[in-house]
This record gives sequence, structure tokens and C-alpha cells, in this order.
Amino acid sequence: MIAILDYGVGNLFSLRSSLSCLGLESKLTADPGELRAADRIILPGVGAFGDAMDKLKDTGLVPLIREESQKKPLLGICLGMQLLFDESCEYGRHEGLGFVPGRIASLAEDLEDKRLKVPHIGWNALRIIRDDPLFKYVRDGEYVYYVHSFYGRDCAESTLATSEYGLTVTGVVRRGLVWGTQFHPEKSGDTGLRLLRAFGEL
Amino acid sequence: MITKRIIPCLDVKNGRVVKGTNFEGLRDMADPVEMARFYNAAGADELVFYDITASVEGRTLFTDILTRVAREIFIPLTVGGGINTVEDFDRVLKCGADKVSVNSGAIRDPGLIHRAAQKYGDQCVVLSCDVKRVDGRFLLFAKGGRENTGIDALEWIRQGVKNGAGELVINSIDTDGVKNGFDLELLDAVASMVSVPIIASGGAGKKEDFAELFRHRGIDAGLAASIFHTKQVDIRELKQYLRENGVEMRL
Repeated sequence: MIAILDYGVGNLFSLRSSLSCLGLESKLTADPGELRAADRIILPGVGAFGDAMDKLKDTGLVPLIREESQKKPLLGICLGMQLLFDESCEYGRHEGLGFVPGRIASLAEDLEDKRLKVPHIGWNALRIIRDDPLFKYVRDGEYVYYVHSFYGRDCAESTLATSEYGLTVTGVVRRGLVWGTQFHPEKSGDTGLRLLRAFGEL
Repeated sequence: MITKRIIPCLDVKNGRVVKGTNFEGLRDMADPVEMARFYNAAGADELVFYDITASVEGRTLFTDILTRVAREIFIPLTVGGGINTVEDFDRVLKCGADKVSVNSGAIRDPGLIHRAAQKYGDQCVVLSCDVKRVDGRFLLFAKGGRENTGIDALEWIRQGVKNGAGELVINSIDTDGVKNGFDLELLDAVASMVSVPIIASGGAGKKEDFAELFRHRGIDAGLAASIFHTKQVDIRELKQYLRENGVEMRL
């Protein structure tokens, strides 16, 4: 069973539907017993970093997630990936979970070509720079769907895949049993489904 | 780099796709779920559903359809039609929409864009505008293009983006249905003053029209309905053609 951490953020309809389409059982939960019993955990997220981090802390589950993330695969999606980092500068400085070394920075500030639009919305090619079991069914250069205004940087050691958007956007990170994708696999068509399928087999 | 997007638009009335539904190769040629499956397999980058039903029964039917589509199609879904309140956003987002398009609802209540953007984020709010030239000016039309609001369209769009619209659908009434190309003059005028993604609508008749569209800076997507429904233009062939012409495409 995949536990999708319920901390009151995001629209989880597509994520739940895509897992169910793959025959993967999932449950939206904030129950410590269920999180401990799950085979793997997904940390979803949409919205602003500070607000989401506060909500996550309010659940009181951060120590448990830290502990479980060393025992079973955990996948952070979009803002859920960003929360895995040390810190973010979105509307002030906020501390993250610190599972993945690096920081979350503003695309608008770092882009040299100011004609590029922010948020970075749409399909972009995923460049795999380190092979990983998560890419078991995904080839280099396939397209994935992004929607974000902030991005992970200073995380070269943990980076598995990137996309180009005026600068190098961190697409997938991994540290131990913790994975994160900046894009939405549940919105990335067949490519996204194959990535989730591989997560279900990790 | 990021790709340009090709987006089929499905107008749904009483549970059926209307407008150019001479759709071959499907068991039910006007079933929105069948058509969504077809477009997903054909490589559409996103789908737009407009609910053009007026009745309560029709609305319930529409949300049922949306839920069925969202359960099996995993590309972005934008939903519009009858969106007048933040509760309407909530209703369609719960059924699996990713983005919500507002048009007449925002004209009646301009504060709607800001409230929805605050609650769901800018990326969720799509401002859709029907624009027509009147005495040399671009004016905003309401109610599916039937009513002239007298509002300056470019000023309306500028305000909408300032209030939190994260994306724009710009539909030209002058070129809509003519199938002689997009309204590039209007689209250029919009692209020169906003920095959010622009979806061009109205006027596509052949694949060359899309190639011409994407030669214009600042246009991110092309939307069309009947030319895709009737297979006058095949999405996969179109995307292949555009890629051969130097446009970044997801294939």
C-alpha cells in the first residue's frame, strides 16, 4: 500500500487515479500507524513552500516521516520535492525537511533571459544524467509536465535528471530512499505513469 | 526546452460533444470520454472542456463526464463554462480539472480572478476572452461572443493578469470559423504586454496556420475544435510537421 501523506494541501484526484490505473493501492492518510505500515510514501504538494511546511509541521508527523524515509521509498512531487530540500527563499526564508542537500530558488530571479515566462508551465524534455531504478521504464528525452516558479539548485550530487529552461531545472533528485520529482508524473501522460509504475516496484 | 502545445477543445452540451462532431473511428462519435481517450492517444498536450449546458441536469452530467475523463486521462485538463464563483472552481477541481477557465463570470464579477488565484494559485486560473474589432479597437465580448461589453479587450487582459490569471485563452471572433489562420495581429498585441502563457484560439484551418502562429514570439499553444474533430487536421501529423519546421513538440 502507498500512503499519500494528507496534510491538507493539493488536489490529489489525478495522483490517486493514476496509481489506481496502475493497479497500485493507495490511501490518503495522516495516521502514524498507516504511515508505518505502508510499503512506500508519497509527499504531494501544491502552493507556497512556507505555508505547506507549516501545515506539514502542524501534523506532528515530521519526525515519523524522517524515520520512515530511511526504511522505505518516499517520493516528493512538485512542491513535495521542494520540501525535501534544506531551505527555500519563496516569500522569505523557510527551512525544509533537509532530506536532500540543496536549496529552492526563484526561477524569475535566476533566469538571465527575462523573456522566458514564469511559472515554467508545460511539457519539457527530461535529461537523465544518472541511471536509476526509477527510470526503469522511462527513456532519456521523454517529455514531462511542469508547473512551478521555484526550483531546486546546489544539489548536483543528488540530481538524477534535469530539464532546460534558460537554466538547468532540477527534474528528479534522490538521496538514499528519498526521491523527488519537480514535474507532475500524474499529469505527464504515459511517461508519468511508467515512472509511477517503477516507483511502485522500488 | 519547453514545447509548444496543441490543445483540442471539446464543447459539451447535455453530455455530448457538439460543434463539428463528424468524428470517424469511434464507437460513439460525440461521446466526450471516447474523444478524450482518442486525443490522449493521438498526442494532444492538454484538453479543454467547455460546459455549454444551461440546465442543472446538464451540469451534473458534465461533472460526471469530467470525473470519468480525469480517472483515465493523465494530461492537464482545463475546464470552462458556467464558472461564476469560487465554489464553481471547487466543484470542477474536485472532479479532476487542473485549471479552470473563466470568461463571462469574470466580466460579471472581476474580483473572481483574484479570489480564485488566492485560493488555488495563479497557475490554476485561466482567463478566456472573446475579442472582436469594433471601429478599429479590440473590444471584449461576453456570453459566448454574443454581447459587446464595450470594454477595451487589451486593458481587460492586462488587468486580469495583474489580478492573478496565470494563463490566457485569446479567442478572436473575427477569425473564428473562417479557417484562414489565427488572428496574429491581436495575438501579437497581447503577447507584447503580458508575460503569462498565451493559448491562441480561433481561425486554424490547416497545419500551416499553426506553423505561422508559432513563428510569433510569446504564443505558447494553439487551440482548435472542429478541425481536429473532423480530422481535417490530424494531431500527430500536425505535431510531426511542426517539429520538422523547427517547432519544439512533444512526440
